[in-house]
Amino acid sequence: MEFRYLPMTEDDKQAMLASIGIKDTEELFADIPSNVRLQRSMELKKPASEADLKKELAQLAAKNANLKQYISFLGAGVYDHFIPSVVDHVISRSEFYTAYTPYQPEISQGELQAIFEFQTMICELTGMDVANSSMYDGGTALAEAVNLSAAQTKRKKVLVSNAVHPQYRAVIETYAKGPNLEIIYIDTKNGKTDVAKLKAALDEETASVVIQYPNFFGQLEPMEEVQQLLENQKKTMFITSSNPLALGYLTPPAAFGADIVVGDTQVFGIPSQFGGPHCGYFATTRKLMRKVPGRLVGQTTDEDGVRGFVLTLQAREQHIRRDKATSNICSNQALNALASAVAMSSIGKHGLKKMAAMNMKKARYAMKKLQEAGFTIACKGVFFNEFIIQLDKPVAEVNERLLEKGIIGGYDLARDYPDMNGHMLIAVTENRKMEEINQFVKELRDIHG
Amino acid sequence: MANQDFPLIFERSKAGRTGYSLPELEVPDIDLEEELEEAYIRKEAPDLPEISELDLMRHYTALSNRNYGVDSGFYPLGSCTMKYNPKINEDVARMDGFSHIHPDQPESSVQGAMEMMHDLQTALCEITGMDEVSLQSAAGAQGEWTALMMIRAFHEANEDFHRTKVIVPDSAHGTNPASATVAGFESVTVQSNEKGLVDLEDLKRVVGPDTAALMLTNPNTLGLFETEIEEMAKIVHDAGGKLYYDGANLNAIMGYARPGDMGFDAVHLNLHKTFTGPHGGGGPGSGPVGVTEELKPFLPKPLLEKQGEAYRFNYNLPNSIGRVKPYYGNFGIYLRAYTYIRTMGAEGLKKASEYAVLNANYLMRQLEEEYDLPFDQHCKHEFVLSGRRQKKLGVRTLDIAKRLLDYGYHPPTIYFPLNVEEALMVEPTETEAKETLDGFIEVMKKIAAEARDEPELVQEAPHDTIVKRMDETTAARKPILRYEK
Repeated sequence: MEFRYLPMTEDDKQAMLASIGIKDTEELFADIPSNVRLQRSMELKKPASEADLKKELAQLAAKNANLKQYISFLGAGVYDHFIPSVVDHVISRSEFYTAYTPYQPEISQGELQAIFEFQTMICELTGMDVANSSMYDGGTALAEAVNLSAAQTKRKKVLVSNAVHPQYRAVIETYAKGPNLEIIYIDTKNGKTDVAKLKAALDEETASVVIQYPNFFGQLEPMEEVQQLLENQKKTMFITSSNPLALGYLTPPAAFGADIVVGDTQVFGIPSQFGGPHCGYFATTRKLMRKVPGRLVGQTTDEDGVRGFVLTLQAREQHIRRDKATSNICSNQALNALASAVAMSSIGKHGLKKMAAMNMKKARYAMKKLQEAGFTIACKGVFFNEFIIQLDKPVAEVNERLLEKGIIGGYDLARDYPDMNGHMLIAVTENRKMEEINQFVKELRDIHG
Repeated sequence: MANQDFPLIFERSKAGRTGYSLPELEVPDIDLEEELEEAYIRKEAPDLPEISELDLMRHYTALSNRNYGVDSGFYPLGSCTMKYNPKINEDVARMDGFSHIHPDQPESSVQGAMEMMHDLQTALCEITGMDEVSLQSAAGAQGEWTALMMIRAFHEANEDFHRTKVIVPDSAHGTNPASATVAGFESVTVQSNEKGLVDLEDLKRVVGPDTAALMLTNPNTLGLFETEIEEMAKIVHDAGGKLYYDGANLNAIMGYARPGDMGFDAVHLNLHKTFTGPHGGGGPGSGPVGVTEELKPFLPKPLLEKQGEAYRFNYNLPNSIGRVKPYYGNFGIYLRAYTYIRTMGAEGLKKASEYAVLNANYLMRQLEEEYDLPFDQHCKHEFVLSGRRQKKLGVRTLDIAKRLLDYGYHPPTIYFPLNVEEALMVEPTETEAKETLDGFIEVMKKIAAEARDEPELVQEAPHDTIVKRMDETTAARKPILRYEK
C-alpha cells in the first residue's frame, strides 16, 4: 500500500537513519516500556483508494435527506439560508484554511485583517462596542457569558428565560457547574418571557438575566420592559442571545441596554452540516473589554508606521495567566467567522435589511396560509421568521409522513416542553419559494385530516 | 518598495453598490411596519460594506495572499502538528448529504451521517485504547474541560467531595490549568526532572486525598516519552485520582502505544492536529473525549449508539454531565478525520507516526550543533531547542523566528514550554520531505551564523515581509478592536 501523504523514500529513510546514527526507526520507540507497547496491529477498516473512498462516502451521504433536495421548514437555531457562492471560494483558499492561529502577524495579516473586519461587522449588527474573533457556537458563547457575569458581579444566581434555546440552556447548566452557579428558569406567557415572574425573581443576588431575542419560539421579547426592570438592579447584567440576521431589521440589543450579546452566525454563509461547526459571536461593552473570552484582533502599526493587525490583550488568555483564566477557549471558529464576514460583505448594508424583511414576509405568508387551512397558531405576538402551530397528532409522526413527501417538517416542541405536545415550530427563510410553502400547507392539511 | 496601508473592506465600500442576489419575494408584499412597534424597528442600518462581487473577491484574494498556510510552505509549529490537509477531505465535507443536513431532522433521515460518526467513534476507541468515545467537544480545550467535568462527576458520584485539585506538569499546555480552573478545580504544578520528565518524587509529594486527576500528555511537550508512565499511573490511582491524557501529541505514537494501555482513564484528541482537519486560521477544531468503562456513565449527552442496524442518540443517561455543546459537535471536522483514517488505515497511521518521529530526530540532530539541545536523547515527533547560545550574542529566540520569515518559513513555536529558556519548539510532521527539512536546516544554520557575524540583521528582522514587526504594546494599551469611520 502506498500512502500519498507520506513522502519518505527508502533512500531518504536510510540517509536519515545514518545521520541520526541508528539502524532502525524501532530504536526511536525503544523508550516506550514493553508493557505499554501495542503488540499487534490496530484493528481499523482497510485503507481505500481515493476514488473508492469518495464513492463510498458519496453513498453514505446519499442516505441522508439533505436540504438541497428536500423542502425544509426546520429551524430552531439552525437555518437554511442562501449562501453566496463567493463564500466557499474564499474559504477554500488554502492560505486561509490551512493556516494555524495567527501568532506571527507579519505573515498572517490576511487572517488578522479579515477577523478585525468580522469583529467590526458584529459590533455594527449588535450595536455593542467590542466583539471577539468568534466562539465555538451560540450555545457555548452564551454559557461563557453567564460565567463571565458571575465572575464580574461576584454573584451566583442567574435568571434564564425558558424561551431560550433548550440546548443552549443545557450547555449553560453544564458550564455553570464549574463555578457552582444557581440557574433559575423564568416561565413564559403566550410564548414570551413572563416579565412579572422575572421581576419577582430578580434581586440583589442576581448576576445576570438571560433573554433570547427573537426567542426560541420566534417571538420578539419585551426588551423594553426587561430594560426597565434592570434599571432598578444596575449591577445585574443583561445578556441577550440574538439571531444576527434578525438584527438586520430589528433594533439591536445594545439599544435595550444589553451588557453582553451573543449568538450564532450560522445564518451568514455557514451550512447546517448536522449542527457543526457553526460560529458563535460574543459582543460586549468597552467596560468589559478585558474580560472577553477568546481571542481579539487589534489594529496597530509596524515599525514603519504601516497599519497592521495583531492578536491583542493576550494577558487574558491561558498561555500567560494559566490558572487565573476564567475561560479556557483558544481554538475558536475562525474559518467560519471568515465565511460569515464574506457573506455579510456580500449581502451588505441594504441587502441585509431586505433579507431579514423577506424572512419575515415569507413566514407571515406561511402563517396566513396555515390559518386559512384551519391550523391554530399558538403564540400571537410579533415574530421574526418562526412561529408555532398546533396539531392533533404527535409532531414526530407528522414529520415522518412529511418526509415521505420530500418535506422536512418543523421542530417538535414536545421534545423540550412536555406540555407542548403537538406543537410544531415552523421556520420560513428567504430560501422557501411560494410554491413550496403552498405544498407544505397542502401536505400538512392532508396528514392532519 | 515601501509598504502601504492595505484598505479595509469598509474603505472599499461605496454607497449604492451591491454584491448580493437574493431570491425573489414571490409572496404578496406586506408592510411590516404596521405590525411592529416602533421601538423594535431598527433606525439605522448596520454599516456593512457595499461592494460588488468582483471587488469583494479581489479584497479577500488579496487578503489570502497576505496569509501563510501549510500549502504555502513549511510550518514546523511545535505541539500544533501542522501536517498536510488532504484535499479529498474537503471534497467529502462539502457533499450535500453531509453539509446540508439539519441536526434536528428525524433520525431516520440522517442514518448515513450517524453511521459515519459511529464508525469514527469505533476507530478512535481502537487508536486510543479507550472503551467509549463522545465526539461532542468542539475543540481540544473543550475536550479537556469535558473530561475533567466527567472526572468531577465520578468523584461526586462516589461521594468523594474533597478531590479539589488537578495536578499539571510545569511543561503542560497552557490550556490544562485553565481547563482545570473552569471545571472548578485548583491546579497544582508537578515539577520536571533534569531529564525533562515528570519528577516522580515531586509527584508523590503533591498527590493526595485531594487529588482529582493528573493531566498529562505523553510524549510530553518536550517531545519526550514519559517512560515511567506505569509508576505514575499507579501513584495517582493509589491515591484515588484519575489519569487524564491530553491528546495534542498523539501523532507520535499511533500504532505503537495507546493511552488506554498506559493507564489513562480519559483522553481528548485534537482531530484538527492528528487527523488532518485543517485549522482554518484558528478553528474550527474538534476535541472528542474517550473514557474507560468506569467513566462512561458520565459522558456528555446525547451519546450515539447502534441498536441492531439503526443508529440513535441516547438521551437517557442519568449520570451524564449534560450537554457541552448544542447538537452533536463539529460534524464537518469528523468527516475530514474519518476520511483521513479511511485513507490511511492501521498501517498508514503507524507509518505516519514512524516518519513524524524520524523527521523530528533527523532535524534535531542536524540542528544541535548550532543550537542548544537541553535534553539530549531521542525525541518523539517534536523537540525543543534553546536559543540561549544566541541570546549571549544579543539575538533572542523571537529574532530568530522573525528572521525565518525572511527566508519564507513559518517559525517554530517559541517561548514554550515555559521550563526551557528561550525555547524553540520544532515539529516537522510526517508529511514533509527530506528536501524540505534540509532546506530548513540550511536556513537555521545560516541564521546561527548571522547571529554571530551580523547580529543586527537578525535583530531587525523581518526585512522582506509585507509588514514589519508590529507595535503590540500600543495595540494592548490603546486597543482598537473595530473599524470606525
